[in-house]
Formats: sequence, C-alpha cells, structure tokens
Amino acid sequence: MKRLLAVFIARNKEFLRDRAALGWNLLFPVFIVAGFAFAFSGEPAPLYKVGVSGVMPANGFYTTPHVQFIAVDDLAAAVTKVERHRLDLLVDVSGRRYWVNDESPRGQLLERVLLGSDGGLGKEVVSGRVIRYVDWLIPGVLGMNIMFSALYGVGFVIVRYRKNGVLKRLKATPLSAIEFLAAQIASRLWLIVAVTVVVFFGTHLFVDFAMYGDYLTLFVAFAMGTICMISMGLVIAARIASEELAEGLLNLISWPMMFLSGVWFSLEGTHPLVQQLAQVFPLTHMIEAARAVMLDGATLAAIAPQLGALLAMTAGFLAIGAWLFRWE
Amino acid sequence: MTALIEVDNLVKQYQGVRAVDGISFAIARGTCFGLLGPNGAGKTTTVEMLEGIKEPTAGSIRYKGEPLGAQFRREAGIMFQSTALQEFITVRETLRMFSRLYDQSVPLQTLIDACALHSFLDRDTRKLSGGQRQRLLLAIALVNDPEVVFLDEPTTGLDPQARRMLWELVRSIKARGKTVLLTTHYMEEAYELCDEIIIMDQGRIITQGSPDDLLARHFHDVVLQLPRDDYVAASAPMDMKVLDCGDSVEILTSEVTATVQQLLAADVSLDRLRIRARTLDDLFLELTGKELRT
Repeated sequence: MKRLLAVFIARNKEFLRDRAALGWNLLFPVFIVAGFAFAFSGEPAPLYKVGVSGVMPANGFYTTPHVQFIAVDDLAAAVTKVERHRLDLLVDVSGRRYWVNDESPRGQLLERVLLGSDGGLGKEVVSGRVIRYVDWLIPGVLGMNIMFSALYGVGFVIVRYRKNGVLKRLKATPLSAIEFLAAQIASRLWLIVAVTVVVFFGTHLFVDFAMYGDYLTLFVAFAMGTICMISMGLVIAARIASEELAEGLLNLISWPMMFLSGVWFSLEGTHPLVQQLAQVFPLTHMIEAARAVMLDGATLAAIAPQLGALLAMTAGFLAIGAWLFRWE
Repeated sequence: MTALIEVDNLVKQYQGVRAVDGISFAIARGTCFGLLGPNGAGKTTTVEMLEGIKEPTAGSIRYKGEPLGAQFRREAGIMFQSTALQEFITVRETLRMFSRLYDQSVPLQTLIDACALHSFLDRDTRKLSGGQRQRLLLAIALVNDPEVVFLDEPTTGLDPQARRMLWELVRSIKARGKTVLLTTHYMEEAYELCDEIIIMDQGRIITQGSPDDLLARHFHDVVLQLPRDDYVAASAPMDMKVLDCGDSVEILTSEVTATVQQLLAADVSLDRLRIRARTLDDLFLELTGKELRT
C-alpha cells in the first residue's frame, strides 16, 4: 500500500505539474459543452424539407409550419435529392409543377398539403431508394477513421520519435527533413488508403450501402483528404516533444472535427456560424465530396470545390509544417 | 599528423548558463581522442556541437578544413549516449534502413561480422540486452564506413566482458586509420584507448595531452595503500602525506624506500601493503575535485 501510494503521488505530481496537459484536460470538456450548446442554440429542426425553384410565394402552402422551404437553383440536382429522399418535395413555382417520390410517405403527405393549397400544379413522379442513415453515415465514418489514423499515426509518432531520440539519430545522417517528412506522408498515405479500401469493401459485404458514383472519383476524394490530414498532423508534430501535449492538441483538433464536420449528423439544422466554422475543417470537405460521390453520383468536376479546398489546405499545412519542423 | 577536426573558441550559451566557454583543440587524423569531465562539465554539449546536432553560440568547427556540412554528415558515424530505435523492427532491418540512408555503405555482412551481431540478427530491437544493443548502435555508427566515429559513453552500463569487447572494436576501428572521438566516465577506458585526452570542467579545458604525458606532468609520486587499522597502530608519529579513504589510507610518496623504512620503524605491519602508480582517476579527481556533481 505504501509503495502504491508513493507511485500514486508521484504520478499525480507529474500530471499536475505538466501545465499544458492539465490545462487541456480542464478546458476540453468546457469547449465541447459550449460548442454543442452554441451549435444547437437555434429553433428545433423542421420536420419536412421542401425545395422551391423560382420566387417563393409568401402565403398558402409556403407558410406551413414545421416545414423547411429551401430555395433551389439547380433543378436537376434538386430532383436527384427527391429521388434520394433528401428533399420530401420539390416545387417549381414558375413552371407550375412539382416532384414527389412515389416511395416516400413524407412526400405523399406533403403532396396532399400542397394540392390542398394550390391544386393546379402538374405532378412529376420520381422514384428511388431511400437514403438510409447508414448510407449517409458510411462516408462520415470512413472519413473519421482516416482523420484519426492520419493525425495520430503521423503527429503522435513523430512527437514520440523526437522525445526518445530517434529523430536526433536520423538528423546525424544525410537524411534531409524534407525526405523524412515525405517518407512519413507516403507511408501513412498508402496504409490509410489500403485500410480504407478493405473497410469499404468489407463493410459493403454486410451493409449494402449506396454507391451511385464511380470508385476512382471516390478514391481521389479520400486520397486528397488523407494527404491533407496527414499534413495537418505534421504541423502539430513539427516541434513538440511532449506526448501528452501532442495528444491534447490532436484531441483539440480531432474532436471538433468529428462533431462539426458532419460525421454523425447533418449540419443543416445547426447555427449558421457553425456551418461556416465547419468549412475550415478538411474533414468537412472530404466527407462532403465522398457523400456527393456515393449518394448523388457526383463526378470529379462536381466535387472540384471540395477538392480545391483540400488542395489549398494541404499546401498551407505542408508549408507551415516544413517551416516549423525541427529534428529536436 | 594533420588535423581532421579543428575547434576554435567554441561557445555554447543557454539561458543563464555558459555550458561551453571558449574551448579550442584539434583532433589528429587516425587517433582516438578522449573527452573527459565530471557531470555538467560541458562534454556532451561539446560533442553534440562537433556532431552537428547543436549549433554553437560562437566559435567554429572545421572538418577537413571546411565548416560542418553535407560531407561531414556523409563521413561521420555517431553512437549517441542514448538512442531509441524504431520499434517492431529487427536488428537486420535496422541496419538495412540506416545503410540505405547513405550513398555508400559497408556491406552488411562485414558489419555483422565486425560487431558480432549474428546471434540476434532477426531479433526485435526492443528485446536486446545492453551489450547487444551497444554493439548494434556501434554497427549503425559504422554503417557508412566513417572517417570519424563519435562514441559518447559507449560502455556505460555494460559488464566487463561486453566492455572489453567494445574496446577491441574501437581498437580495430582505429587500426583501419579511422579517427575516434570518445567520451567516457571510465578513466581506465580512456587510458586504454585514447592517444590524447582533454579534461573539461565548467565548460573549459583544464588539461590536454596523451594519458602518459599528463600523468608524468602532474604526478611525481606513487601511492602506498594500507588498511586503516594497520596505519593507526603505528607506535610513533610519522611525517607523511596521507589521504583518508575510509577503511584504508593512501600514502603519497616519491621516495618509496624511505617511506617504507619509516613505516617499519613505527612498527606498522606491511603484510597488506599495496603499491600502485598514479592513474587517470587520480588526475581526474585532483583536477576536478572530489565533491559530487549534479
């Protein structure tokens, strides 16, 4: 008991005197609670979603409570959303017609409300399998897995190398910092891609999830996201020599990303500021691109904005990481 | 002999501490050069600056007449005092990885033979004994057939057999015309291996020369060791320079015959008398003091 107490006290002192780790442990839960409280501080999410093309009237059906009316610019994309059950109904105000999915009970209910208000509209019927939560979730879970593997597999490992002297030993060789970092990126990239491919097809055997796009486009989205998050890990690992501090910083980055990048739930109902904040996270762009490919069959051109954002972030992270990097 | 490494007025200043305070020396090609000093003397900082790991605050280090650069990194082999290796890889894989970091490297089999690594080549590096680990680290330091090898306390923690084996390896490195820079806390090791040593304290060089020259320069006496009980049983007072060493006493004298006669005249038993020459240990303690360093 005496020995146990001695070790217990020593460990307590070690932890309490590591101000960075202590600060992190105190502040992190506060951040999480405050973040969620802010994100969901608005009105409760509406029950139904209706896409509206053209100038939206301010009366009749369009004032129905508990229905979210979303202005639509791209009619074809909106029709696809009706097919995927991501919009319950789509109304083209100027064209005097509406689209409803004949497999959607929510759509058929809204159709009755719409026709009760405005009976002169032409009906367009679409059909399509409902996008289940699991279909929606798969790109997010794959993205989250990539994020953790990239950040911890590179960031944490380099910090450990620095702490225990591996980097010091390598510094004494002709190996340059750029070569070392490139090797870390390449190694982690292929490992993550290989694991993701195995998880993707392995999961597909058990869960017949939706995959409307082509595999190469999905591969590009995941690969670019992976490189971006590995680069982000390099920034964290550029100078730190404390594993506990590195873990805290990696948590500081990965947890908000996990909750605010749309892994588990759509950000559509969250505060607009949260939606804007989510755009600074590479995970958001990777998941958006992957979902667009898997659920909407998006092409490479269609996900170019997300890929562009990932590319820009990667360039920034690599530049900062290379500039900050120290062997010791 | 020409100098392979020239150090001129080297300074390393940390916040509030001058770890290395304007030292200058040269290391001749093909020699074993020893850097000695108590804890905190500045030897590790000095060595790390020589290895190119730390940047000096002031002063210069030249290798083959040039500042440390790519050529130095290609031609230097370093065995750090403590080095972690990447985990979950074997001795063979570790050697292969390091050999690939250099444009030219020694055939692995040569290294394996030289450092006697055969019996644990396929063992995970985490599962090596202290001696095996030091041999592997030495093999890594030699992987590029270096011109100069830095050995920072290579035998610390090793048993006498492993220590002597490492000494033989160092001798064989030197026999091939390579230059060795050795730091050690073992004076016997420095005496056995080094052609020239410097002793540092408080960031400065306090003496420099070959071990025998230094001993000859600083000492003109020998040490007579007697059990304390035998010495205090003397029947008459004696005029001698005596050091109290706990259970024994050490009598320092340059006139052995006269001292022995004086002891016999005072009825001191000489049955357990031992006579020894001065060693580097004596020199080290004389120059750096006996108080414990932290």
